[in-house]
Amino acid sequence: MMRSGVARLILMRLAIAVPLLLIISFGVFSLVHLAPGDPVRSLLGTRPSDPETLANLRARYHLDDPFIVQYGKWLGQVLRGDLGRSINGNRLVLSSIKERASVTVYLCLVSTVIVLVAGISLGMLAAFRRGGRLDRFVVMFGVFGISSPAFVTGIFLLYVFGVVLGWFPTFGAGRGFLDRFWHLTLPSLALALSIMAIVVKITRASMIEVMDRDYVAFARARGMSGMRITLAYILRNALIPVVTAGGLIVIGFLANAIYVEVTFALPGLGSLIVDAVQKRDIPLIQGTTLVFALFVVIINLVVDVIYTMIDPRIRFGRVAS
Amino acid sequence: MSLHVDIARPKGVTPRTAIPAAIVIAFIIVAIVVICAFFGGSIAPDSPFTQRLQVGDVPPSAEFLAGTDLLGRDVLSRVIHGAWTALVGPVVVAAGAFAIATVLGLLSGYLGGAVDSAIMRWVDFMLALPGPLVAIVVVGVVGGGYWTAVTVLIILFTAPDTRIVRSAVLEQRPRPYIDAARALGVSKARILFIHILPNVLPIILAYVVLDFAFALVNLAGLSFLGLGVEPGTPDWGRMLFENRTILFTNPVALLLPAAMVILTAVSMNLIGDWLFARFTRQ
Repeated sequence: MMRSGVARLILMRLAIAVPLLLIISFGVFSLVHLAPGDPVRSLLGTRPSDPETLANLRARYHLDDPFIVQYGKWLGQVLRGDLGRSINGNRLVLSSIKERASVTVYLCLVSTVIVLVAGISLGMLAAFRRGGRLDRFVVMFGVFGISSPAFVTGIFLLYVFGVVLGWFPTFGAGRGFLDRFWHLTLPSLALALSIMAIVVKITRASMIEVMDRDYVAFARARGMSGMRITLAYILRNALIPVVTAGGLIVIGFLANAIYVEVTFALPGLGSLIVDAVQKRDIPLIQGTTLVFALFVVIINLVVDVIYTMIDPRIRFGRVAS
Repeated sequence: MSLHVDIARPKGVTPRTAIPAAIVIAFIIVAIVVICAFFGGSIAPDSPFTQRLQVGDVPPSAEFLAGTDLLGRDVLSRVIHGAWTALVGPVVVAAGAFAIATVLGLLSGYLGGAVDSAIMRWVDFMLALPGPLVAIVVVGVVGGGYWTAVTVLIILFTAPDTRIVRSAVLEQRPRPYIDAARALGVSKARILFIHILPNVLPIILAYVVLDFAFALVNLAGLSFLGLGVEPGTPDWGRMLFENRTILFTNPVALLLPAAMVILTAVSMNLIGDWLFARFTRQ
């Protein structure tokens, strides 16, 4: 029963994710034609425009075919893992992405741990001390956090810990595990701070709501330990809205990672996209955007599945009916 | 002869109409930004464009209160003039997005049925997109800078705003005054715009203010990546982009615009939250 429920839910989500990816891929493909001017010129970049190169480009991107056919052929190439070559440097887009992905993944993972541990604890503490000094501090922190984009937080962190105190390097990703950890501490913190505010705010609000429920009062009346009530009754239910906001949080992570990587000059996927956009390197923009969108859709899918695992009402209720 | 009744107010209780201190400060900050945006020319000590290449980037001094940037331009004057792009774009984004969202949300919430599901499917799709990434890529590829960015943000913001208006409309729908209007034979358009709209307008207004803060942060972000305003424009985000290399020589050139982005966004968020709490308490 449970297994089939989850399987069905995954299938349902896939049924949404696949068309979504198709629409995104269509948008990404259209970028060639969205760029002002002749597509061949956009794809040529700064290379010399001899007839042979132009003919090669027209053939490579099927520019003489109707629009929809062009898209179909392009999609076929993408699905076979061929993302083309970048205009600047003529490198395989896929190998550029592979080279840069590790920094972004590392950055996002470390930040996720910070956000989940610190964000949920702060939200819980604030809820327990509602109206107190700590609560007011946390609420104010939330307003500042939501209003501060990662690049602004990053600049302040860079200045205080990199320039004034000199504790951390101000650019680069470092080599080896420890060096990388040292280099990525400030960026991870900047990324985490920009997302944490949302998690703190949601956790606090839903904790406060759940704490007032009858079943919590009843559990207390039955003499259950405070720890058990907090973890099994309050926290488990209070975390459901946090997981629901998971999609929002994931998008926030990846989008802010772009800004953090630029701020700290890290060689990640985000700075690759910005670099490509600034140089109008269409194939590179298309490749990186597709990979980013794929990340977002897959992680959203995973979040949805986790969501059903912690909330049996969804597993047995809505899906079964 | 008058009867004077003295009602003792319990300690620590402020009257309902009192505005919290934080909100007062927020309004003052926003007022300062608005004044700088409109009268920047007369307030700023110097033109934001005068270059002094032989001076270069120097830290704050009596002559340049916030120091200068790489081209020797006065940072304080650039920050004051930067209030203009920090104000206009976000206002257009917030107002534009909510103008479209109000029409879509009213139709979706009141008519229901096929119109509702079509609009909501579109909203779901837009919300599944990584918005900031879409903005970066589209603005970067299409070009056109600031106003392209504003247009893209209006489209991206319309989706969540439509959902907000729709849920506010759904709350009004079952109320007796709607039934009364329908019983009187009032037209749909009139019910939507004369009867429902004024009742959902306060909530919309609160969200417009919150949207402003979000738009400010997004536009500054695009300028920070070199994609928003034209090079040379005095703009807080652009200053963060142009002055990245002088963090060691004149950090104020980065910290001041960064602080302005945060302060303005925090103020608008506080005001928006406060308005929302006031309007929903009724």
